Amino acid sequence: MSILAIIAAASACKKDNYAAPSSILNGHVVYKGEAIQLERNQVPLQIYQYGLGKVGPIGQSFAQDGSYSAILFDGDYKIIVPNGQGPFLWQQTAAGNPDTVNVSLKGNKTVDLEVMPYYMIRTPQLAAAGGKVNATFKVEKIIMDANAKNIERVSLYINKDQFVSGGDNLAKTDLAGGAIVDPNNIPLSVTIPTLVPAQNYVYARIGLKLVGVEDLIYSPLQKVSF
Amino acid sequence: MKKQLTIVTIAILLAGSWGCKKDSDFLNIAPTTFLTNDQVFSDPNLVLTVLADLYNRQEDLTSLDGYLQPYSGNTEPGWRSMADFSESFPSENGSSYLVQRTGWGYDTWRLDWTRAYVYLREVNLFLQRDSAATLLSADDKKRFYAEGRFLRANYYFEMVRRMGGVPLITSILTYDYKGDASGLQVPRAKESTIYDFIISEAEAIKNDLPSDINMKSRASKGAALAMKCRAALYAASIAKYGATTPSVALPGGEVGIDASKANGYYTTALAAANEIITGTAGAYALYNTGGNLSDNFSNLFLDKASPETIFMEDFKTGGKVHNFTVNDQPYSISDEGGDAGRLNPSLNLVEAFEKLDNTYAPLATKDGGGNPIYYTNLGDIFAGRDARLAGTVLLPSGTFKGKGIDIWAGYVLADNSILTSDEAGHTKALPGTTTPVQVVGIDGPVNGLELRSQSGFYIRKYLDPTTGSGRRGQGSTVAFIRYRFAEVLLNAAEAAFELGQAPVAAGFINQVRSRAGLTTPLTAGEITFDRIVHERRVELAFEGHILFDMKRWRLAHKVWDGAPTTVTDLVANIGSSTKHSTQPWGLWPYKYYNPASPDNGKWLFRETLPSLVSGSNRFLFGNYYSLIGDDVIAANPKIVRQPNQ
Repeated sequence: MSILAIIAAASACKKDNYAAPSSILNGHVVYKGEAIQLERNQVPLQIYQYGLGKVGPIGQSFAQDGSYSAILFDGDYKIIVPNGQGPFLWQQTAAGNPDTVNVSLKGNKTVDLEVMPYYMIRTPQLAAAGGKVNATFKVEKIIMDANAKNIERVSLYINKDQFVSGGDNLAKTDLAGGAIVDPNNIPLSVTIPTLVPAQNYVYARIGLKLVGVEDLIYSPLQKVSF
Repeated sequence: MKKQLTIVTIAILLAGSWGCKKDSDFLNIAPTTFLTNDQVFSDPNLVLTVLADLYNRQEDLTSLDGYLQPYSGNTEPGWRSMADFSESFPSENGSSYLVQRTGWGYDTWRLDWTRAYVYLREVNLFLQRDSAATLLSADDKKRFYAEGRFLRANYYFEMVRRMGGVPLITSILTYDYKGDASGLQVPRAKESTIYDFIISEAEAIKNDLPSDINMKSRASKGAALAMKCRAALYAASIAKYGATTPSVALPGGEVGIDASKANGYYTTALAAANEIITGTAGAYALYNTGGNLSDNFSNLFLDKASPETIFMEDFKTGGKVHNFTVNDQPYSISDEGGDAGRLNPSLNLVEAFEKLDNTYAPLATKDGGGNPIYYTNLGDIFAGRDARLAGTVLLPSGTFKGKGIDIWAGYVLADNSILTSDEAGHTKALPGTTTPVQVVGIDGPVNGLELRSQSGFYIRKYLDPTTGSGRRGQGSTVAFIRYRFAEVLLNAAEAAFELGQAPVAAGFINQVRSRAGLTTPLTAGEITFDRIVHERRVELAFEGHILFDMKRWRLAHKVWDGAPTTVTDLVANIGSSTKHSTQPWGLWPYKYYNPASPDNGKWLFRETLPSLVSGSNRFLFGNYYSLIGDDVIAANPKIVRQPNQ
């Protein structure tokens, strides 16, 4: 009996678990190499590993600057963005399912995901003056074919910290799509509310909402001092 | 030795005599601890016990006794199943997450897949055994069979409105243990196919069920028609309004219904409603016993003999009871110290109740110049409103079990500062005096003080005034009404309106409204989509409709758009179907203390966002159809994922 216990104790000392995954897969969602700016935790991507019995995805979502990263085991993976997610068109198969980006992971790897955004916000100029943040920018329509979408509104968001979006903001100004006079020069301004505790800067981003698309396209984060 | 031999001989003799019985019969002894299928299906009373279990396992997202959460096995209490969507504030510290999250996970509102298909399999088995029974009378067999089909169709209705098209299994699938389960993998049916199934089942069984309005906790002809009517209306509105959200659809039709089918479904809904309204299923009518209209509306949910109730989940002392009254009774007159006041209706809902002249207006707290309005009596601010307001919500001026409740937030002093306490019912001395007086109601509101009202209101609908119903050990037996006549009228009104028959719609909607004291009828021209949305929200509040209505009209992502709700938002656009409502506001009453003013001792009110509210509801496209888990898809690769997930 005691011998059995000793054997059991001794064999239990041996580690029987696998090493933790250590290969880092990261990258950005890009249009012609330029990262697309998003709202944090709102646009998901799914990573599937081939060769396992179950077919469930590893769920992920893009960060505010369009980046993603995952620590995985080495192996063959595929990446998709589910239909209807993101302010862009993901490649689709003829059957209408999201097409696959194949990744063979062996050690760390950076994979940028090329997509077609509906629009891009170009040349955003943000500056503070007279208790306001003023912005001018142009919007460039990228998708012109049958999939084209109209602009529902553009918005200027400001926040005290670096997370700035429709869900994280201190103040915002909206301009309806129909009220845009010149898409090459859109002005927006938002009054800076009283900041508690006081600070002499805010972070600002411009968001562009499309008709029938949930996720907004943003401009890069900018710190505005005043 | 001799003795042993004798024993052996006797033993052999005994064994020999027993051996006459056939070996195969030796272990074949009828069990005494359970009944076989043949025994059960030979006695109608025993069949009814099987059926009672199937009734009891129907799923409701909103109910008085709560429900078993999918997968986890935790119980969601009844009050909390009503405490979402900014229609109320949860006054229980452990439930603050309801107002602190910024939206819902895709898995919210899904059904437990395994539990659902086990249930459906058992209903299918029930149907097979009932139809094979030889010792039941033909009438009993027929009625049981129809009840089983009703329960199956109603269950599929619950599945389709949460998850869209699901595999439609109407026979018993059996695994052959040969290692290949692909024969059991059934793909999802189209969303329209499931709705068609519910409609055709209801039509097929309605005449096998009793036309008896006293048959309320078992399926009746009225229940089958009410289910058909609601299902057809849901399908119709998904077809019509689904066109506004084209991304909420799947190419195979598992989610989304073709817009061309809308009129057909609306016609079906109107016809089914008319069958009930004209009395072919029994003399259903709106509950109207005269007297105070608010009390009448409240009693409709308490009186089990109400001619308005078509199908309900019943409760009975000694059998199944629930704790809704325990959890939601007013704190100051609670039967059970430490259990009360959890469900607090929001100002968002309260101000949606119209004035008696059919107009919408916020509860007036300030005059045109921005100065507070002083009211002599606490209830004056709510005067002249839809009687359903005081019938649904326990107002600060309301009574329960004949006793007044005590909701007020403190004194407003002459310099506009507030004298109050963070302890309910606490006393302090007013300025210039030395005698301490009570400075805040025993029922609150105090921010963060659970089990009292934090919005300024309590729930009245379903609250049971029976002695002892607020005690944990006793509980309440108030029934949860699943289908009632007023909803059928509103279904008919909506279907008629969508079919371009506004005068017909006005006729139906006005019946419901006049029962609530809105005696000036709406004209055909005044019937709009917004009116219909509004009427369902106030008539059917806390009855489990708001989520599914907002989903089928594809309004959910507009109403719960994730942007915080400001006071300006709150008081504007009341009655608009797209008015956003993402955070539950409260209305806090204060006493004015300024001996030098003529308004001294009067009441004023302030719109207040309870301080625990930090999130705002955001409904995503992916929330329209709840997640089908990866485990389910892994086990059956023919199942397609929901859109936008």
